[in-house]
Amino acid sequence: MSNDVLICLIAPRQWDRASAGLAGAGQRLAAELGGAVHALVVAPASPGIAEELARLADSVAVVEAVQPLDPEPLLATAAGFARDLAARAVLLGNDAASQELTPRLAARLGGSPMSDGAAVTFADGRIQVTRAVYGGKAVATYALGRTPAVIWLRARAQAPGVPATSPGGVRTIPTIEPKAAFPRVVERFEEPAEGIPLEEARVVVAGGRGIGGAEGFRELAALAGVMEAALGCSRPACDEGWTPVSWQVGQTGKRVAPDLYLAVAISGASQHILGMADSRVVAAINTDPQAAIFAHASFGIVEDYRKVVPALVARLAERRR
Amino acid sequence: MRTLVCMKTILDPDVPARDFAVDAARREAVRGGAALVPNVFCENTLEAALRLRETAGGTVTVVSDGVAECEETLRKALAMTADEAVHVLRDGAGVPDAAEVAGVLAAAVRHLGGFDLILLGRESGDWGLGQTGGWLAEELGVPFIAFADRIEPSAGGVRVRRHTDNGHEVLEAPLPLVVTITNSDATLPRIPKARDVMRSYKAPVTTLSAAELARAAGAGSPSEPLWHVVELAVRTREVSCELVGGDSLEEKVDAFAQRLVAALEGA
Repeated sequence: MSNDVLICLIAPRQWDRASAGLAGAGQRLAAELGGAVHALVVAPASPGIAEELARLADSVAVVEAVQPLDPEPLLATAAGFARDLAARAVLLGNDAASQELTPRLAARLGGSPMSDGAAVTFADGRIQVTRAVYGGKAVATYALGRTPAVIWLRARAQAPGVPATSPGGVRTIPTIEPKAAFPRVVERFEEPAEGIPLEEARVVVAGGRGIGGAEGFRELAALAGVMEAALGCSRPACDEGWTPVSWQVGQTGKRVAPDLYLAVAISGASQHILGMADSRVVAAINTDPQAAIFAHASFGIVEDYRKVVPALVARLAERRR
Repeated sequence: MRTLVCMKTILDPDVPARDFAVDAARREAVRGGAALVPNVFCENTLEAALRLRETAGGTVTVVSDGVAECEETLRKALAMTADEAVHVLRDGAGVPDAAEVAGVLAAAVRHLGGFDLILLGRESGDWGLGQTGGWLAEELGVPFIAFADRIEPSAGGVRVRRHTDNGHEVLEAPLPLVVTITNSDATLPRIPKARDVMRSYKAPVTTLSAAELARAAGAGSPSEPLWHVVELAVRTREVSCELVGGDSLEEKVDAFAQRLVAALEGA
């Protein structure tokens, strides 16, 4: 086993904060361990991604695939590469494919998986991961017992990597296909990218169960428009089918940390709080003065959103003129 | 179609933050007056299995690896019309890691004669690690799909819809298969009918021993645990919320709008 760190990027669309953050986390852990940092990038959308990685990693291996790989060949390919490298740690991002891959990759490599890492360090001879638990009500530090550590991280929240003086080499490696039959993607649907991406937004307007239906979210869209905000929702709104699943903010949805988060008709269940607790300012609109959301907000209004939102749209539209 | 749904029982995640405490020495949450409840993703999972049964036929068996109180979760599953319930009884000490739970579940799968589909929740509302499903697939040596919300029968096995970062995918998958289920409008758990609740009280629950299953699985050579918690602390967050006042709705909205504008300008 080496002291090297492998970072894995799966089907990145562009070089973004998540890619740079993952590379940064890899560099810092490799420095602590006294090893090198290697990168494996699977099905990158453009050659520029491998070039950016080469500025930050000692070596880059590219798996060229026209489509993002199906889960089984992805696992076989990543496991084969990581095994040959004998890395001490494998770091992945928080995209769905990486989350799906993590436990299986760890199992195949005889290592320890860990999820949702906020910070990774090397202490007392173990790789340690700090993460939120109990819906964000507590923070735990885990020491990983087996090697390699296979960890998916909140990549966007990691400080970006620092370019090396000499770029690492880039090579292409083949896909490994399992012999047995495996699940294959036969349809892929992507929601049209409208407006500001939720995770990038500086202002977020989110609605919850109290919105009462898809119609109410159209009112919120008008408010988001005048606030130049992205729209989000809490779990009940998505469970009721009022909003796309990709709008969900929370433990199992997106994590956001905007400058301003406006929670509308959201009660404030811990599942939701975990997804927005790092926002700089939280404001809330709710009919219930006892709603848990107010315990996380700097200011709020106890009123029915149906009365407040149209008035706010009018007020804030005036300001923009 | 023989479907197995693995269910976990957890400390009620809706306990308000002010009532939540941890035992820093034992590195576990303090139960206090909080209830133990079925993990909500496990209820989503059972719902997905029951909807599949409506189109594909077959049976839905629920299994829970945990302490005596997990029986409540199994009774609720029976009330939601699961066909059969199996309790893998674990004596209270310690929190098992994903490898230990997956090892016991894999042994239970074999003991019960195998399944076409093995479903789990995507993660639990307590520690929220989400590692058991993937580890179980490796333990059983079968393919794995995460974050699904709809499963339908198809010629070669099943069609599985799963959520991606910005949409969804449909996969054609052979059986047997391990799938984790996420929440959506397609997995909103049904409310049990009164008649089914009554019946669930009397329905049999098969009990197996976790320790015996682990031994049968040949877990004789103790291996290093995947992880252990070295520190656990309550996250403290002090925010005092100012609720805007005013004699009329208009005044309140004005005050709120001013605060919003100030925050937007600071943004």
